[in-house]
Amino acid sequence: MNVIVCLKQVPDTETQIKIAPDGKSIVTDDIKWVMNPYDEYGVEEALRLKEKFGGEVTVVSLGPKRVTESIRTALAMGADKGILISDDALEGSDSLATAKALAAAIKDLDYDLIFTGQRGVDDDMGVVGASLAEFLDVPQFSVIVKVEVAEDGKSVKAHRPVEGQVLVVESSLPALITTQKGLNEPRYATLPGIMKAKKKPFEEKTLADLGLDPAKVGEGGRKVKILELTPPPKRGEGKIIEGETPQEKAAELAKLLHEEAKVF
Amino acid sequence: MIDFSLTSDQKRLLELARDFSEKEIRPVALEYDRDGTYPEAILKKAHELGLMYTNIPEEYGGSGMDYVTHYVVTEALNYDCCAIGQMIGISHLSTGAILFGGTEEQKKKFLGRMTESYRSSCYCLTEPGAGSDAGAMRTMAKKTSDGYVINGSKCYITNGRDSDLLCLFATTDRTLGTKGICCFAVPRDTPGISVGRVEDKMGHRALTVTEIFFENVELGRENLIGEEGQGFKLAMMALDRGRVNIMAVCTAIAQKAFDEASNWAREREQFGQPIGNFQAIQFMLADIYALILATRAMYLHMGWMLDQNIRCTVEAASGKFFATDAAMKVTTDAVQILGGSGYMKGTVVEKLMRDAKLTQIFEGTNQINRMVSGRGILSKQCIQF
Ligand SMILES: Cc1cc2nc3c(=O)[nH]c(=O)nc-3n(C[C@H](O)[C@H](O)[C@H](O)COP(=O)(O)OP(=O)(O)OC[C@H]3O[C@@H](n4cnc5c(N)ncnc54)[C@H](O)[C@@H]3O)c2cc1C
Repeated sequence: MNVIVCLKQVPDTETQIKIAPDGKSIVTDDIKWVMNPYDEYGVEEALRLKEKFGGEVTVVSLGPKRVTESIRTALAMGADKGILISDDALEGSDSLATAKALAAAIKDLDYDLIFTGQRGVDDDMGVVGASLAEFLDVPQFSVIVKVEVAEDGKSVKAHRPVEGQVLVVESSLPALITTQKGLNEPRYATLPGIMKAKKKPFEEKTLADLGLDPAKVGEGGRKVKILELTPPPKRGEGKIIEGETPQEKAAELAKLLHEEAKVF
Repeated sequence: MIDFSLTSDQKRLLELARDFSEKEIRPVALEYDRDGTYPEAILKKAHELGLMYTNIPEEYGGSGMDYVTHYVVTEALNYDCCAIGQMIGISHLSTGAILFGGTEEQKKKFLGRMTESYRSSCYCLTEPGAGSDAGAMRTMAKKTSDGYVINGSKCYITNGRDSDLLCLFATTDRTLGTKGICCFAVPRDTPGISVGRVEDKMGHRALTVTEIFFENVELGRENLIGEEGQGFKLAMMALDRGRVNIMAVCTAIAQKAFDEASNWAREREQFGQPIGNFQAIQFMLADIYALILATRAMYLHMGWMLDQNIRCTVEAASGKFFATDAAMKVTTDAVQILGGSGYMKGTVVEKLMRDAKLTQIFEGTNQINRMVSGRGILSKQCIQF
């Protein structure tokens, strides 16, 4: 069973995000970059499949050189190979161009399953997984919390939460799955794993290597344009519920939830 | 020549250790401290991840880190609880003598077996009548035709109850003082070893400390590490590196206290403003930070010396009392900055202050370390810069 995990590097969710003067991007100077948390689920699931069925796990990423670090993290967790698509011309690509480039790098690989995160926690577009499946012409399951590959390794069942219920869907392999929180608990990279990671195969590919037209990707090739980024509204002051007894306080709280917060 | 930047491997290892501490140790630190819990599940996990035998060479089943990397990782593993952190790292002290004095075969056999499990090892030097004066030990190693028979008792032995491997110091001839002391590698399952009282301690409560009794314990020649009479020297060599380890532990204790105290100083308001606005509080924080910078620089420097095979007995002794006195002062001041709430059970700084106290006592009291340092200075053993 050969599994591909698409990995995006994103700002650590604890980073304080500042909007750049252009109003359309963020200041990247002091950002700590990490693996997209949804992709960690993908790496973990791929490793579990490898442990069960054998085969290889290949991590494919797109982005600047710093993304190497996140690929190495996946290799330290146990993935076998890393591929980084890195080219100045890709700077500013939209999701569609990203999926196109990933498809170009993946199409000639031997794979049974592909994992992508259901979205990146940076711009939250959630488009790459579906577009990639389309470009590769494979079935796609989105927002999956459980993956069951048949014993013969030929088909997969995927569980998708729908309004408190679960939808179980099945398809032949190869297929693409986008991961959701709850799929698994990603493992730590072990210390021997970290030491071994730097000796694992790692390839860098440019647009030319993939036979892609630089004009169709990057800032210039964007079909979706970002017009404006605005910070979330400042959180208002908290409110302290007054009252003599717990009963009084609870009644006041219920009233405020209903009349002010309008939650019910 | 001087470069304090971490390599990308070191950064990753540090991140693993930090992550581990935050996710595995922090959530249980106060509870394990309250109940004096043996942190078995954490030790198992640390072992699985390769965080336990960090500086034991790979050929004996360790992770093979250099000293500097080991100490950087040690600081991170001790940040949320130094008792649990030191249970993870106890083999750094207790296998030192075997690594320095053992033959290839002995290292493969004793360390190779130990590294297969999370139960690790212990360092058996102290006795009821021989604390600072280790040369006064009474545990006897009586020579037989094909080995030794051990009789005696040890006390205050960290991880004494659960360890798989004991690094034991015993004397063949009490009249020889320190020159009669031998070092033995003793597997736990050797008949005649029993565990006495498990101590109830002021701090470091998740670190198990016990008495150990040896009753007609028969050992072969292959258990003797180094030559007869070399035990004391090997014990001291192990302590040199153990003391550098304590500096890293103390840096972690101080850093945690500093983080707690500086957060508090920003948030706690009195007289209509954050207490951090008062110069008296700022000066305490400034002094604390300076000590942290100093102790961290010290353990990095001495780790580097150990990596270069430069003897650091005087430096490790000096660094040990400095870093442990620093941890004591820093944690005391952190409690002061938190005021009444810092004195209450369940606050982190209260635990840190109790934990810090031990560091001034074990691996040579600070009086003994000052003596080692002072004597070394007069006999010109300090390094030239
Ligand atoms: C929690 C804990 C864990 C420990 N773990 C281990 C372990 O794993 N293995 C092990 O072998 N031991 C261990 N020890 C023992 C520890 O190393 C000893 O407690 C320490 O060496 C001091 O010995 P002592 O307690 O007998 O004190 P003593 O030697 O009796 O000292 C009492 C006081 O007298 C002072 N003093 C003694 N001699 C002199 C002198 N010549 N000049 C000036 N002052 C002097 C000391 O500094 C101290 O202040 C541990 C102890 C504790 C508390």
